[in-house]
Amino acid sequence: MTEIELPLWASVPATLLLIFGGLLTVIGSLGLLRLPDFYSRMHPPTMGTTLGAGCVLIASMIVSSALMHRPVVHELLITLFVVMTAPVTAMLLIRAAIHRGRLRNRK
Amino acid sequence: MRAPTTRRLPPMLVLGLTGMWLLLNQTLAPGQILLGFVLAVGLSWAASTLRPLQPRPRNLHVAVGLVFVVLRDIVRSNIAVARIVLGLVRDRDVRSGFLEIPLDMRDPHGLAALAAIVTATPGTVWVDLSPDGSRLTLHVLDLQDEAAWIRLIKERYERPLMRIFES
Repeated sequence: MTEIELPLWASVPATLLLIFGGLLTVIGSLGLLRLPDFYSRMHPPTMGTTLGAGCVLIASMIVSSALMHRPVVHELLITLFVVMTAPVTAMLLIRAAIHRGRLRNRK
Repeated sequence: MRAPTTRRLPPMLVLGLTGMWLLLNQTLAPGQILLGFVLAVGLSWAASTLRPLQPRPRNLHVAVGLVFVVLRDIVRSNIAVARIVLGLVRDRDVRSGFLEIPLDMRDPHGLAALAAIVTATPGTVWVDLSPDGSRLTLHVLDLQDEAAWIRLIKERYERPLMRIFES
């Protein structure tokens, strides 16, 4: 086993960010289980893809930068791609739900 | 035969794609900058034939401010939704529902940015835009005060987006 030396200034914030991000994602998934109807359940998982993922990405940037002794920021692109694609799936899901509701009402 | 139209490549798209290429490759080597630039010009040109409509963003300082406002709102609404999921808002009923907002913005790029903002903020999802583009429907998880939500969307997001894309 090779000892990977991660300086304290990197490991402490990275750990906190990972815990916080993980907690947010868990709460978001819990919301998917707990909330009563489809439309409300659309909302909590967004926590995982926004602040949850953001915390993990910042932790990744801190750790990679510390290990490679240079700033590593290409994780920012993941944020960009998520922000650009998330509305498409969200709209598809909610429009499908509305359509299903209309079909049911017609019967 | 159609008369050849002069096509102007959107500079922001070219710069953005070059930057993305350099970030993906994690380099600032001159050769990669050149390659990225050539790719960006080629792709922007190809894309402009698919989608001739080009954004004309102005007031970029407004955009920088808007990014920070959105980041702060994402953090705030994450906390708000977490409280609702964990049942920490016992003192009142959480009522979710659809919300109609009259829109003044017509620029498709501004609307796309608004859709990204609304969806990225937990607690609000973009549902529908009326065919004439005058009314936006959102689904809001915690619809306490409809007027306050409408004011928030219009003042905090729509107004700066109109300054960026429509002035």
